[in-house]
Amino acid sequence: MTNGNAIEVRGFSQYFGEVRKLDAIDLDVKRNEILGIIGPARSGKSTFLCALNRLNDLVRGSRHEGAIRIDGRDIYDPGVDVVALRRQLGMVFATPVPLPRSIFENVAFGARRAGLRGRARLDSIVRDSLEKGGLWEEVKDRLDTSGLKLSGGQQQRLCLARILAVAPEFILLDEPTSGLDPISTMKIEESLRRLKKEYTIILVTNNTKQAARVADRTAFFLSGELIEIGTTAKIFTAPDDARTDGYLRGRFG
Amino acid sequence: MKRLGPRIEEKAARIGLWALTLITVSVLLFIIFFILRRGLPVLNLKFLTANPADMGKSGGIFSTVVGTVALTVLAVVIAAPLGVGTAIYLTEYTWGGPVTRIIRFGAECLAGIPSIIFGLFGFILFVTKLKFGWSILSGGLTLAFMLLPTIIRTSEEAIKSVPPAYRNVSFSLGSTKWQTVTRVVLPSALPGIITGIVLSIGRSIGETAATIFTAGSALRMPTSLFSSTRTMSVHFYILAREGISMPNAYGTAAILIIAILAINLLTYYLMNRFIKKYS
Repeated sequence: MTNGNAIEVRGFSQYFGEVRKLDAIDLDVKRNEILGIIGPARSGKSTFLCALNRLNDLVRGSRHEGAIRIDGRDIYDPGVDVVALRRQLGMVFATPVPLPRSIFENVAFGARRAGLRGRARLDSIVRDSLEKGGLWEEVKDRLDTSGLKLSGGQQQRLCLARILAVAPEFILLDEPTSGLDPISTMKIEESLRRLKKEYTIILVTNNTKQAARVADRTAFFLSGELIEIGTTAKIFTAPDDARTDGYLRGRFG
Repeated sequence: MKRLGPRIEEKAARIGLWALTLITVSVLLFIIFFILRRGLPVLNLKFLTANPADMGKSGGIFSTVVGTVALTVLAVVIAAPLGVGTAIYLTEYTWGGPVTRIIRFGAECLAGIPSIIFGLFGFILFVTKLKFGWSILSGGLTLAFMLLPTIIRTSEEAIKSVPPAYRNVSFSLGSTKWQTVTRVVLPSALPGIITGIVLSIGRSIGETAATIFTAGSALRMPTSLFSSTRTMSVHFYILAREGISMPNAYGTAAILIIAILAINLLTYYLMNRFIKKYS
């Protein structure tokens, strides 16, 4: 790894069939930062996240140009093990999606798929992950109940804990609090601030105030293009591009 | 024509739909009542456990119960993995291109073929060409082909109804395709898949045309896959058509209906427990 960049995106474009969803993105993600990505709906924010863990591969007719390098290696190289790559980048989706199984099994899911066995090891991984995700105290007495029985905010923290159990380097969050009440949102944001000591976090949000609250740097996407990226303070107080300014003032989006 | 007021229309719709439902339920209950009233008097433990004697005029129906169970089990054991596997391939491993559509179209056509044609096909292929003779094997294979389209169709629908988000979560947590299919998709689709299989069990228990040509109509107790056997439906058909014994025919019919009812109830009970456990 050179110059402290954990992820380097160079001239990356993403197509689905003939539709171009991302247009020649150039962007670096620094280690242990929270990078906020803001922009109106359909600006390519989520597509960008799914390019990083190659979830776009699952979409019919998906095609890309350019390169994304993690630790100096292009993740789209033919030799890359996609399954291992996805373990490296945990993802939390916009709607909380607990799998229809117990809280314990939700958290243990990724670890089990990676071949981890043994009740004692799984127990400690599940506990660690739930503690880091800020959910342990609330669920420690009912790990056997279904993940679907939790409240929305708890479900989202369960999803966060679930990716931590796979021991990723990066956490990708796709509008993780869009369906949550302010208190649940606050709890998630608290967890993120704690987690950035150990992880590199990319937070897509359609709530610009959330980016202002937690992101170290912020990127503004519009129609599949990266308009501007800089420290959060700069983007929110003195953006270079008039479109960034316009979006933050609520003129469109 | 003067339009009715919305309140009257509302009332008429409610009464109309209620009447339609009533007719449906009445027909169903009438059939069950009709069969059971004629069938129940001859039912006793001996009727179930004794083999038929005098061509079925006296004795019980035990060998036909064994034959029916053997045929059905064989058919489902063959058709379920084939059908579910095909459904998984079509939904999870293809993008839904022309080949998929052709396979799906083929399966749908297969579903529309009358069962007697399956019987004829099974007779030519299994009974004569492959020389399995009239046997449980020929009958089971024929039934399996007949059940395939239903199982494929219902399994596909069940798999498609699994939220796509589950797959994304599974993949993003570093599951392989196979792990995603076996650990996430199939458990969620299982109730729907089981429903399809139960429907096809019911169909194969009740099937007459396809089995009479392929499994034959022997009343002896079957001893191997190559024994000819007579299913309960065929037994009922022969008893009734040849006027051998109407009471025994209705007795057989009553057992058939009770068996299908019991299988359905048991399945729904087990499925509810499964769903409660996993959601």
